Amino acid sequence: MPGTKEIRTKIASVKSTQKITKAMEMVAASKMRRAQDRMRLSRPYAEKIRIVIGHLNKANPDYRHPFLVEREPKSIGIIVVSSDRGLCGALNTNVFKSTLMLMREWQGKGAKVNLCLLGNKGVAFFRRLGLPILASIGGLGDRPHVKDLLGSVKVMLDAYREGTIDRLFIVNAQFVNTMTQKPVVTQLLPVETSDAGDLQEHWDYIYEPNAAEIIDGVLMRYIESQVYRSAVESVACEMAARMVAMKAASDNAGKLIGDLQLVYNKARQAAITKELAEIVGGAAAV
Amino acid sequence: MAADSTIHCDIVSAEGEIFSGPAKMVFVPAAQGEIGIAPRHAPLLTMIKSGEVRVQLPDGQEQFFFVGGGTLEIQPKKVTVLADTAVRAKDMDEAAAVEAKQRAEEALKGNIDKIEQAEALAELARAAAQLKMIQKLRKIKG
Repeated sequence: MPGTKEIRTKIASVKSTQKITKAMEMVAASKMRRAQDRMRLSRPYAEKIRIVIGHLNKANPDYRHPFLVEREPKSIGIIVVSSDRGLCGALNTNVFKSTLMLMREWQGKGAKVNLCLLGNKGVAFFRRLGLPILASIGGLGDRPHVKDLLGSVKVMLDAYREGTIDRLFIVNAQFVNTMTQKPVVTQLLPVETSDAGDLQEHWDYIYEPNAAEIIDGVLMRYIESQVYRSAVESVACEMAARMVAMKAASDNAGKLIGDLQLVYNKARQAAITKELAEIVGGAAAV
Repeated sequence: MAADSTIHCDIVSAEGEIFSGPAKMVFVPAAQGEIGIAPRHAPLLTMIKSGEVRVQLPDGQEQFFFVGGGTLEIQPKKVTVLADTAVRAKDMDEAAAVEAKQRAEEALKGNIDKIEQAEALAELARAAAQLKMIQKLRKIKG
């Protein structure tokens, strides 16, 4: 039977760990709420720009943008959105797993894979694979800003324009609810267009100064907004996953403390019984 | 007020919705000069320069918004301003791209060092763009 002092120290250490996990849980909960708000705020822009692109597709400019044209996929690009920090359950692992699956699928078809990594965890994981990494950015923090993402997105768009990649995907965690986050793969390029809705007639915009420049600008902003939305959603997922993971850790710590307390009480009782027996035995001997 | 004497105006940026509602007239600093948009305007798609968007509400009041550039879409009954959140300059985008590339190379090598020159360049471009905005703001206020 271990000494009572060791058990006491162990209990104290588990208790202090529990304090930390509890604090992390509460911090993650409040950050998650804010991240969800940001996620909601980014929605109107994404919707509006999608409508504009839908209109563009229905209008008939004499110019077809390369972002809208399907090409033979000889090489693909994947933007992987992961978190900067760990302790958030299986969130990043799931994202990486579906990225690897996507990679295997395209490598099976003979396509090369190029990566763009957002988030430190992704950088740490994919560095070991030795695949070409076109761009990476880490340390986005809890509030990713559009301007922090622009550089990496531009690298991928340039690669697409130059023909280094023929298709661009983004893999990120999707926020289903607080308990569930699942990785999703979305194709960014070529842009998959939806219908425009309320416009039926044959018409076209007036373009100022010219169609090519504007369509280019709109499509670039569309991709950027998609990447931004993924980054924000990923933060919300990270916080939710961390909250759940830390809740489980706190619960486990509580259970562990209970068990240890039981062992401690038994050890203490055994020590007292032993002492009593010794005294009684000593008295009898006298 | 009759439905065709107002035009629905949406101003959104990637980081949030800024304005949404009916307007009598909307003034936007388009790429080729400021344009005023009244209801039943012809469909138009254009870029916006950084500057001030003015929305005339149905009751005659005016609201002002500053945008750092973006895209403008006009439908006969709807104006959509897609504002850029970031103050963008072409060279700044370039610097950010270079930075991201270099960071990737550094990550591959295994040492994540800061690329100070590119960072300073980006910082400089950002500061210059913001300075311009501030000066414009002053001009309009003063």
